[in-house]
Amino acid sequence: MTPDKLLYAKTHEWVSVDTAGAKPAGGRVATVGISAFAVEALTDLVYIELPKVGRQVKHGESFGEIESVKAVSDLYSPVDGEIVAVNDALVGHLETLNSDPYGQGWIAKIRLSDETHLKELLDYPAYQKQCAEEGH
Amino acid sequence: MTSHLAHTPLHSWHATAGGRLVDFAGWEMPVQYGSIVAEHEATRKAVTLFDVSHMGRLRFDGPGAEAFLDRTVTRRVAGMKPGQVRYALVTNDQGGILDDVLVYRLVDSKTGATYYQMVVNASNRQKILVWLERRRAAGFGPGGPEIASPRDLTFDTAMIAVQGPKAAALVEPICGAPAIALRYYTAAEMPLIGFAGDPMALVSRTGYTGEDGWELVVPAKRAVEVWRRLLEVGAPVGAQPAGLAARDTLRLEAAMPLYGHELSESIHPFQAGLDFAVNLEGHYFPGADALEKASREPSRVIRVGWKLGGKRVPREGYPVLSAEGAAIGNVTSGTFSPTLQVPIAMGYCQPAFAKPGTEVLVDIRGRHEPATVVELPFYRRGK
Repeated sequence: MTPDKLLYAKTHEWVSVDTAGAKPAGGRVATVGISAFAVEALTDLVYIELPKVGRQVKHGESFGEIESVKAVSDLYSPVDGEIVAVNDALVGHLETLNSDPYGQGWIAKIRLSDETHLKELLDYPAYQKQCAEEGH
Repeated sequence: MTSHLAHTPLHSWHATAGGRLVDFAGWEMPVQYGSIVAEHEATRKAVTLFDVSHMGRLRFDGPGAEAFLDRTVTRRVAGMKPGQVRYALVTNDQGGILDDVLVYRLVDSKTGATYYQMVVNASNRQKILVWLERRRAAGFGPGGPEIASPRDLTFDTAMIAVQGPKAAALVEPICGAPAIALRYYTAAEMPLIGFAGDPMALVSRTGYTGEDGWELVVPAKRAVEVWRRLLEVGAPVGAQPAGLAARDTLRLEAAMPLYGHELSESIHPFQAGLDFAVNLEGHYFPGADALEKASREPSRVIRVGWKLGGKRVPREGYPVLSAEGAAIGNVTSGTFSPTLQVPIAMGYCQPAFAKPGTEVLVDIRGRHEPATVVELPFYRRGK
């Protein structure tokens, strides 16, 4: 997964929607993580709280936490749907978020119940612009 | 751009070096340059530099200075030896803490005269100046010595802390043998070596990290030069700059209180466990009566330290509960300890739950995490 092909929430979560084949009956699956910008801003990660598989989430709702030495941040679901997988490998290996935030550092997979909110997500250039404004 | 914030003489150096600048007590300060943990570990294992120029530096001259300070802070100042540094509290009439400070008795290298320096928290500088002026204006009564107003040297100077087991490798070439000879909590003026004009610095064997180290007060105009030279000379031993975030994790491991967290006007020194910083016997200072009374009564709360079992980090303001779920205290500072690799916290709780080994719960954003009272400090450097 390369960052330029992903969509982003204003809160720094990235989204990759599985486009392979026809739309499955139960809804497409989106993979969610956090951007390199967010990981770099946090530094010194110490803990991640992953959601439980099976949990229903709405876009904008907090579904987990990421904790650094200095502060704790909520993880916000960028989409509506059901958590179908979480990346347990991250627990105890938070350095993966530093080394590969868009690949091995994925956080959760969500089966989309409603795709309307995908339109509100930023594409890579728009997200980069937001980061540039934030990090002045 | 936050242009209303004060800048230390090292501000543009920090910005160029990629320091993440934040508002701290009205100053724009580097909170970190890269990884907080890396800066923390470098301080414990090698040596780091901290720009602490934002702290207030007040100078007291004249014959009334000794008695004035003696009657203003909780430690005796009368009888301090030249070069001695004392940690003390400035208290109000109720014995509540207005600030924690260092008081230095010094000799002016130009005139040979005795003078005093007080270093105060950046966040309290204005408050302390106003408090001191009120007390100075009230005086000692008729016939008492004239008390000169203190001079605020904060903006004319910079203060650089050199902290870590390798600190001597930087301080010796730049400050010479007189600095190395300074024992813990002593200070002296001395010329800096290898700088044009031999500028004088006030060098003290003090620090806020729990490691060996020195703090250098230098003229503002020479700050960048001194900072750069320290890094140059320290390169072979791994010297690097460290920011306020690492300063906080270091002092917390060493269980040093921070004003606005463990110390405030609603806390008195005995609750904070700062008995050593209070000389009551035959010593008058604001709040002495109240503290005398407090010393004979059980306290409502006392400062304790906790280690947590999980990974979630306790933070300021989080409630502390007994094992049965009753509210017994609160967290005033917390972090994930880089040295101990567990979450740690300081705070206040009812004395009945303050014994090391007591199991409690910390309410971390709605979940009750197990914690144990531990002896302070969490970390002590090896001898």
